Amino acid sequence: MTSLPTHTEKALGLVIDLDICVGCHACVVNCKEWNTGGYGAPLSDQNPYGADPVGSWLNRIHTFEVEASDGSGCSSSEAQILANGKDARIVHFPKSCLHCEDAPCVTVCPTGASYKRTEDGIVLVNEDWCIGCGLCAWSCPYGAREMDAAEGVMKKCTLCVDRIYNENIPEEDREPACVRTCPANARHFGDFSDPNSDVSVMVAERGGMDLMPEQGTKPVNKYLPPRPKSRPVQSAPSDLAALAEPEAKGFLGWLDSALEKMG
Amino acid sequence: MSLFEREALDPSPKVSDEIRKTTCYMCACRCGINVHLRDNKVRYIEGNRDHPVNKGVLCAKGSAGIMQHYSPARLKKPLKRVGERGKAEFQEIEWDEAMELATSWLKDIRETDPKRLAFFTGRDQSQSLTGFWAQAYGTPNYAAHGGFCSVNMAAAGIYTMGGAFWEFGQPDWERSKMFMIFGVAEDHDSNPIKMGLSRLKERGAKIVGVNPVRTGYNAIADEWVGITPGTDGLFILALIHELLRAGKIDLDYLIRYTNAPWLVIRDPDAKDHGLFARNDEGEVLVWDREAKACVSQKQTGVKPGLKGEVTLPDGRKAVPAFELLAEKYLDEAYAPDAVAAQTGVSAAQIKRLAAELAHTAFEEEIVIDQPWTDMKGERHEKMIGRPVAFHAMRGISAHSNGFQTCRSLHLLQILLGSIECPGGFRFKPPYPKPMEAHPTPHAEYAANSPLPGPHLGYPRGPEDLALNEDGTAKRIDKAFSWDAPMSVHGMMHMVVSNAYAGDPYPVDVLFMYMANMSWNSSMNSRGVMEMLEAKDENGEYVIPKIIYSDAYSSEMVAYADLVLPDTTYLERHDCISLLDRPICEPDAVADSIRWPVVEPDRDVRGFQSVVIDLGARLGLPGFVNEDGSAKFSDYADYIVSHERKPGIGPLSGWRGENADQAGRGAPNPDQLKRYIDNGGFWIEHIPAEAQFFKHANAAYQDWAVGKGFFDAPQPVTFQLYLEPLRKFQLTAEGKADQTPPEHLKARIRDCFDPLPIWYAPFEGTMIDEGEYPLHAITQRPAAMYHSWGSQNAWLRQIHGTNPMYVPGDVCDAQGLKDGDWAWVISQHGRIKVPVMRMEAVNSKTLWTWNAIGKRAGAWGLSEDAPETKKGFLLNHLIHELLPENGDGMRWSNSDPITGQAAWYDLRVRVEKAEAGDELSEPRFDAQKGPAEAGPSELRYGKEWTK
Amino acid sequence: MHPASSIIVFTTLSGMGFGLIAMLGLGAAPSDGTAGLVVCALSFILTGIGLASSTFHLGHPERAWRALTQWRSSWLSREGVLAVVTLGIFAIYAALWVFAADRVAVVGILLTLLSLVTVYATAMIYGSLKTVPRWRTGLTPLCYLLFAVAGGALLAATVSALMGHGAENTLYAALVLMVIAWGAKFVWWNRSDRTTLASIGSSPETATGLGDIGKVRLLEAPHSSPNYLMKEMVYRVGRKHAQKLRLMAVALGGGIPVLALLAAVVSAGGGFILVIAVLSHLVGMMTERWLFFAEAEHSVSLYYGHR
Repeated sequence: MTSLPTHTEKALGLVIDLDICVGCHACVVNCKEWNTGGYGAPLSDQNPYGADPVGSWLNRIHTFEVEASDGSGCSSSEAQILANGKDARIVHFPKSCLHCEDAPCVTVCPTGASYKRTEDGIVLVNEDWCIGCGLCAWSCPYGAREMDAAEGVMKKCTLCVDRIYNENIPEEDREPACVRTCPANARHFGDFSDPNSDVSVMVAERGGMDLMPEQGTKPVNKYLPPRPKSRPVQSAPSDLAALAEPEAKGFLGWLDSALEKMG
Repeated sequence: MSLFEREALDPSPKVSDEIRKTTCYMCACRCGINVHLRDNKVRYIEGNRDHPVNKGVLCAKGSAGIMQHYSPARLKKPLKRVGERGKAEFQEIEWDEAMELATSWLKDIRETDPKRLAFFTGRDQSQSLTGFWAQAYGTPNYAAHGGFCSVNMAAAGIYTMGGAFWEFGQPDWERSKMFMIFGVAEDHDSNPIKMGLSRLKERGAKIVGVNPVRTGYNAIADEWVGITPGTDGLFILALIHELLRAGKIDLDYLIRYTNAPWLVIRDPDAKDHGLFARNDEGEVLVWDREAKACVSQKQTGVKPGLKGEVTLPDGRKAVPAFELLAEKYLDEAYAPDAVAAQTGVSAAQIKRLAAELAHTAFEEEIVIDQPWTDMKGERHEKMIGRPVAFHAMRGISAHSNGFQTCRSLHLLQILLGSIECPGGFRFKPPYPKPMEAHPTPHAEYAANSPLPGPHLGYPRGPEDLALNEDGTAKRIDKAFSWDAPMSVHGMMHMVVSNAYAGDPYPVDVLFMYMANMSWNSSMNSRGVMEMLEAKDENGEYVIPKIIYSDAYSSEMVAYADLVLPDTTYLERHDCISLLDRPICEPDAVADSIRWPVVEPDRDVRGFQSVVIDLGARLGLPGFVNEDGSAKFSDYADYIVSHERKPGIGPLSGWRGENADQAGRGAPNPDQLKRYIDNGGFWIEHIPAEAQFFKHANAAYQDWAVGKGFFDAPQPVTFQLYLEPLRKFQLTAEGKADQTPPEHLKARIRDCFDPLPIWYAPFEGTMIDEGEYPLHAITQRPAAMYHSWGSQNAWLRQIHGTNPMYVPGDVCDAQGLKDGDWAWVISQHGRIKVPVMRMEAVNSKTLWTWNAIGKRAGAWGLSEDAPETKKGFLLNHLIHELLPENGDGMRWSNSDPITGQAAWYDLRVRVEKAEAGDELSEPRFDAQKGPAEAGPSELRYGKEWTK
Repeated sequence: MHPASSIIVFTTLSGMGFGLIAMLGLGAAPSDGTAGLVVCALSFILTGIGLASSTFHLGHPERAWRALTQWRSSWLSREGVLAVVTLGIFAIYAALWVFAADRVAVVGILLTLLSLVTVYATAMIYGSLKTVPRWRTGLTPLCYLLFAVAGGALLAATVSALMGHGAENTLYAALVLMVIAWGAKFVWWNRSDRTTLASIGSSPETATGLGDIGKVRLLEAPHSSPNYLMKEMVYRVGRKHAQKLRLMAVALGGGIPVLALLAAVVSAGGGFILVIAVLSHLVGMMTERWLFFAEAEHSVSLYYGHR
């Protein structure tokens, strides 16, 4: 039944750290290669060597430019260092299924193919039942679902359900492929229902956020916001002039006394 | 099972039949990979957790290896050209015929005039073999692609401190507290850098990104310095100015480990003015403050002076190098306020960064309780760390002032005492390796003879140039000539144009490997294509024969007369050797292999095996036994059996009959198996007391000798003042035995300053800045490696086109908005490009992704591929020569010291264009393959899914 | 949203077909067997083509039966179940009518209710989506329902006229419903022009959570060519173009039918002119439906440079 479970035993999901994601697409491609031979139908590609190539991907990176509208969002030191240009920065933004607690993609499904697992909260598509109507993709605010053009079924992030419990792979590898491969360690996998889990702690400490909370989907996946920029080194003076002993006698004079001190 | 009951999920589906561990080659990182095989096909590739380079992670390129391995652009069989060059009309031939043809072409030349072979090997990871082969063949014309890549970085590092970044060394990610990263290509060393940045962030260290463009690493940096291209050196020297002004430098470190106290002769009319003062034994002198005498710098217990003119034993005057240094950089010309406008970095930011560097280095020093003994026998109870680290790549080096800029950065590191200390920059074995431990260049060729030494080396002075009696260049690329005296990686980018011009001489055979010279690896790509197609008055090609080896249907294949199809990286043997560009870590020595984890399904051969076969067919020394039979059956055999010196071979692990020796030892026939069993690599850790201060650490030096890196200890004294440069400068001042050509004297005098300097990039000084007010540069997408990625069905979906990113102010001034088309115009040409507005960029800099544009018909793509229709190259705007000089001569568009191609000196203007048919320009006729476009749909992995 | 022709055909034809059934249930159209055969066949053809068309865009039409299982939560499933039930009962109703010339009034009323609920369910497939703010209003099912019954009445009146029967009530009903339906659509349009992603509080800033830093703008999309999401949910239609199409929809879908109905009322007949009205209405409705999809902004577009 495509009703949502009232309670899941675990709430497995990802924390994505926007402060360290460099936008390298490692997670994107590793996800594709794991999943094209894994859960359900392959992730097909149309026109792979022609005009406008397009394929199914379960994870993607957008690159956003964020411009402080009036400079008020930044400290004075930030304004100063950006004297050269505008106060604009780049944020690389990975996005895959957020495994929402209140997943609209599940309830709209007419066939029962879409479901949220009670044991761990993972939102899955049972591809044998999927008729490929595409309504779940329409209902998802985040663009997490992907109709496979060749296979005619809806594909989505499975949180690597075929890895995380898989006894055919070493225990340390039982995490989603995107997490295992991320060179910058910007992706973390864990159980959000446990307040003491690494991911829960990270979210609490870093102010983990929901995407489009106004949609009321209650995403499980959380995003850690970029840290403020232009963090000066703590307690460092802003100008060496304050420390410049040599001024009086000149640099070579200072050198003499410094060498004397060294003995 | 009811129709309405969901089938229970199998929590443990089968993944693969077998995992084979080898080394990635989707870029130059050389990460360890686990290749999962199922039904003899590649099911999945993941990072090898045990591997020292990537420790389990894998980037987008590595993860797309399946699509590269099964790319439709793969060549299938040897090809002989039947149509005109550039059309890619070929006839398939058998390997026997191909090898006979190549042998016949090469044999004649070797017997008569070996310099008529130009052998250049692109992005080769087997230079220790290809260089050895070229040396045995006897042509002076060999190099790989360093000349157009990042030779400034490598050369400046070796000359200054015995190593540079990347394979030479890396930041101490685990201890550094402040890290500055300059102009880094995100496709090189990318996994280690990303892992390192992450570690820094976890520990709360500050990251500063210096780059005109704020993407990638710069996007996540805590602070961004949006510098104007080509001014990094000026910015760094301003930091140095600030540090010196405040006395925030590590004097003890400078005295112990650098040539700061070395005495420089002040005798303006003498031939050794500006060289180091030496005693009769040739040892450099320093002034002992206590003894008040000149003594050898090698003497122990000396308290060297750093300033003041002294009188040498011969009565002449000299000053410590440090005094010259201090005078130079304390000059107001390097004050932050003086450089702000030029660099685009505010004086306040420069001052604050200098203060933060000083604070971190000196107020937050790290102490490790690890006693060690230095090369002078002094025991130190602790290791003191200055936790500021730096990293840089092509962004600062691919300029005509790149060598001096890279040296400036090393000078900054050294003044802060942050080389080889905890928290600073750490070398990876076998580095540091001083200039003296490297060979000098060799070009003394003769018929039927091997070259007496390796082609590439580090000239100590003008005496090491590769010149004929008449002053002309011995090498086709004019490396080690007055044009670029310290071109330690050769100048591959000049080969085609010089061979075409017959200057210094014509060649018969151009033999290249994995270098897309007719497209993205050349400046002035159209010009290069025309040179490769050019015929003489007899209708013969000006460059008579071209042999090219590549695994894929690249643009360069279309210009070959004979194509030798290479394997993919999963089908080949390779060694990532300590004799070449190793994969060591600061704490460990390591090397690795590739091995055929899948067998080729085509009639292709690994290029290295082909080279070895050619060597045997030509009877080259080192490749044949005494009876003339082939010495090695293939590259795998060579890797195991070849000895460069007794006991030293391509691989260091499991040597000796019992496989129990490391570094040195007799060849072990089972060596490859031992590597395979160990996950494809070998690693051995450096003893704790040898892990830092390697340049001066007795325990490290002993350990290095034991491992066979050197035959005797090779401590390094960091060369703040670089005497070889001064030797060249003396030639321009008319105070040396050698004299450079008149037209080069001024720039040798001005640019070869023995202390790092900054001068404006050449192109910018030779054009009208009003006409070309902007800079245009490329950045490397992290998900592409040069032109390789476009054949990859997955990667090309990420980067199938490349907009020109234009600063907002420039957009507003030119009336440009997203999706518009524009002409970008340089002194050499113009290109039509799609435009995208951007604010997080230096306000004078346009940029785009590197090497996305493709020639129609190449790389197994259809002719209407977006890479062809909308993609473009900046290369068409960049000429290999600079505009005409006042004297009518045209200088090479490269660094005058090393010859590094000055890609990033490009100056342009931008004008709105009619969108028209929305096709980028220039456009070229399509090449006909040779690989045909791939299938219209992929369902990779279908057979393993339900 | 991508205006897929299968969905446009589905919603317009099945809407009109169920609208016709609803009108028949109320007693519209002559009660003789021949007329019954014609109108019932027409109802089946319209709903049949409509429903069949809805399966054309399915990846796996052979599994379409599964869509009848999730009526507890899914409007699409409800729509399927209701359509099947309605058509099933309608088949019995039609058989009795055609073969026994017996229009069972109670069943007719039931069919009217079922047809309306079916159309309501169709509308709610879209009207329930939070991701498309301009759809998410009670006005959406209202418009669907009004267009269905207006179209149904127009059809019933046309068939009556063609078969030589006067059907004044039906004509009046069609006329009134047509005017009300387009009136409702004007209200819908008016609302939709004000109800954007921004007006419900969604923006690139909320989509990315980066609003605290500043204004968010897409610099580089995940892929350099359009992907599935962009093709499906980031459809763009020019404002001027949309205005023209709205005019065309109103003129063809409402204007001409109303004039034709007036003419029919005046001339007490006018079968031919009503056929023109039906065809015009159909084209107008398809245009209206095309705009319904094409103009709809989906929240995913916020990730693809939409503001």
